[in-house]
Amino acid sequence: MNEVAVIGFARSDRSVTTSGVETLVPVFEQALGQAGLGRREIDFWCSGSSDYLAGRAFSFVSAVDAIGAVPPICESHVEMDAAWALYEAYVKILAGEAETALVYGFGKGTAGELDRVLALQLDPYTVAPLWPDATGVAALQARLALDAGMFSERDMALVAAQREEASCVEALLDRPYTSMPLREHDAARVADGASAVVLAAADRVRGRRAAWISGIAHRVDPQGLGERDLTAVPSATGAARAAGLGADVDVVALHAPFTHQELLLLRALGLPRSTRRCPFPAHAMFSAGLSRIGAAAGEVMSGRAATAAAHATSGPALQQNLVVVLEA
Amino acid sequence: MDTLSAPLTIAFDYTRSLGPVLGRFMAGLRERRVLGGRTSDGRVHVPPLEYDPVTLTPVTDLVEVSPTGTVVTWTWTDHPREGQPLDRPFGWALIRLDGADTALLHAVDAGSAEVMRTGMRVRIRWAVDRTGHINDIECFEPGDGPPAQDARDGQPAQTARDGPQAQTAREPVTIMTTPIRLHYRHTTSAEEDGYLRALADGRIIGQRCPACRKVYVPPRVCPACGIAPDEVVPVADRGTVTTFCVVNVPFAGQRLTPPYVVAQVLLDGADIPVPHLILGVPAEAVRMGLRVAAVWRDRSAWATTPENIDHFEPSGEPDAPYESFAEHL
Repeated sequence: MNEVAVIGFARSDRSVTTSGVETLVPVFEQALGQAGLGRREIDFWCSGSSDYLAGRAFSFVSAVDAIGAVPPICESHVEMDAAWALYEAYVKILAGEAETALVYGFGKGTAGELDRVLALQLDPYTVAPLWPDATGVAALQARLALDAGMFSERDMALVAAQREEASCVEALLDRPYTSMPLREHDAARVADGASAVVLAAADRVRGRRAAWISGIAHRVDPQGLGERDLTAVPSATGAARAAGLGADVDVVALHAPFTHQELLLLRALGLPRSTRRCPFPAHAMFSAGLSRIGAAAGEVMSGRAATAAAHATSGPALQQNLVVVLEA
Repeated sequence: MDTLSAPLTIAFDYTRSLGPVLGRFMAGLRERRVLGGRTSDGRVHVPPLEYDPVTLTPVTDLVEVSPTGTVVTWTWTDHPREGQPLDRPFGWALIRLDGADTALLHAVDAGSAEVMRTGMRVRIRWAVDRTGHINDIECFEPGDGPPAQDARDGQPAQTARDGPQAQTAREPVTIMTTPIRLHYRHTTSAEEDGYLRALADGRIIGQRCPACRKVYVPPRVCPACGIAPDEVVPVADRGTVTTFCVVNVPFAGQRLTPPYVVAQVLLDGADIPVPHLILGVPAEAVRMGLRVAAVWRDRSAWATTPENIDHFEPSGEPDAPYESFAEHL
């Protein structure tokens, strides 16, 4: 039973300010324009962001300026990728508390030292005080998979080559390591940015182009990096199963900040490497996952795919994973 | 043209309560012992878990494990970052200590990446000054025997518990402090940039919302309409106190001696007040409707900052009637 659909999406890969407000105004206009709704027709607003990213306290409150909260609005926030804000909005609509929702994420990942900022999402007692850099943590995961023979550094470079069109795999493999066994191309480019997705209940979709959410689920793995099998990503497998993801999906938009994570995710989600994948342009912190949902929805709304799946991740080394299955 | 930007460092000491499990774990580190937590399935977790993931009951069974273990996975960092355990190139590793079933993350002082390998044996190098903190483990070093310091002392760490101060030493640690310092480059919006550059010129500018026509100082996206501002509007450097408070409480970094007044000043031509100091008048004489004028710092000190205006003081004009600012409170 399809009850909620994506009817609008917009993203921007630049954010000049730390509050996100100026970036969000045109993104909202574009997403609402595609949805054919005015901002006063949005029942519920939900965002994902983190103050640590740009060192700006209560930036998610400032960001509400972009909405125009007069008369008062109904609004919520998660300190995760905005894909999780979309989950909250989806539940809100299912519960009958809203018929329309605009979900947005924003972040200025380049404002600070991202590799250090992300240390603060680790266990605050035994891990964060050591300040492990995010790339180093990802490298520990990559080596486990390489040691287990799940794939090779060449396979990882192949993922990078697909991302950076015209890259030659051999040339990539000649590059030096940044955090062994990772090279520079193994980390997706970190970008500033924002994105917005408009959701609507069936009654409000009417004649609009829509990508129906046939399943959505999220799961989390234990926080301790040594407590879980970093190569298996059980939370991604669990989310995919609960969302009803099938191996025959037409196209998938994965949120993989590192090349080895894209390969781990394909396995965890039960997808063949031949599955058509939406390009991952850049890792825009706190909006990239939501943008993957927007990209997958775009495949369905444009008629390029009958079914599409999107994946979002949050936390270190693919700790939290969300899967959405969309259909025409 | 790039908008104005400036470096910004944020620092704060995070203090955290530890609870019975981590409190004992940290107390153990202080006396050079590593404690793991045994869960109902018999597995020993290092660091210990506070709750059993299967039965969901509190973990109470802490057992000592070896300070020596095996690298499960590793990476190498050529450029150590601020706050990391070592300031020379080192390896990060997940290390399974002998007697433990899970791995812990820490630094390995191996000298060179060539030394690192999966399966290598490493042992703890204890910090000289231990406070009951994860940093009591200075790092790990390659080696299969007991930690070097234990050998140097001529006694295994375990005997420390029998000393006269052992009982105090074994009290669980209740609080741990972790200093957090983060560095940013703060960037202004185009509107903020224009506002600050005008201030450097001794001018105050606002911008008008194209929908509701309100003038915002500093200029910003209209929070009522959600629309970017357009028309630039010059605003006077004098205005009306709409509301105020008398600061009586001293605080860290305070630049004035209490009592003093911080007020909302509605500049002539603006629709939103700015907060500023009201000086040159006793605190008890400040009132709603008081007319005030900006006191600028010496022109030679002007920069792209609101600090160019040192404070406001009474202008000598008659008070503004309440109705003239009632809408702006």
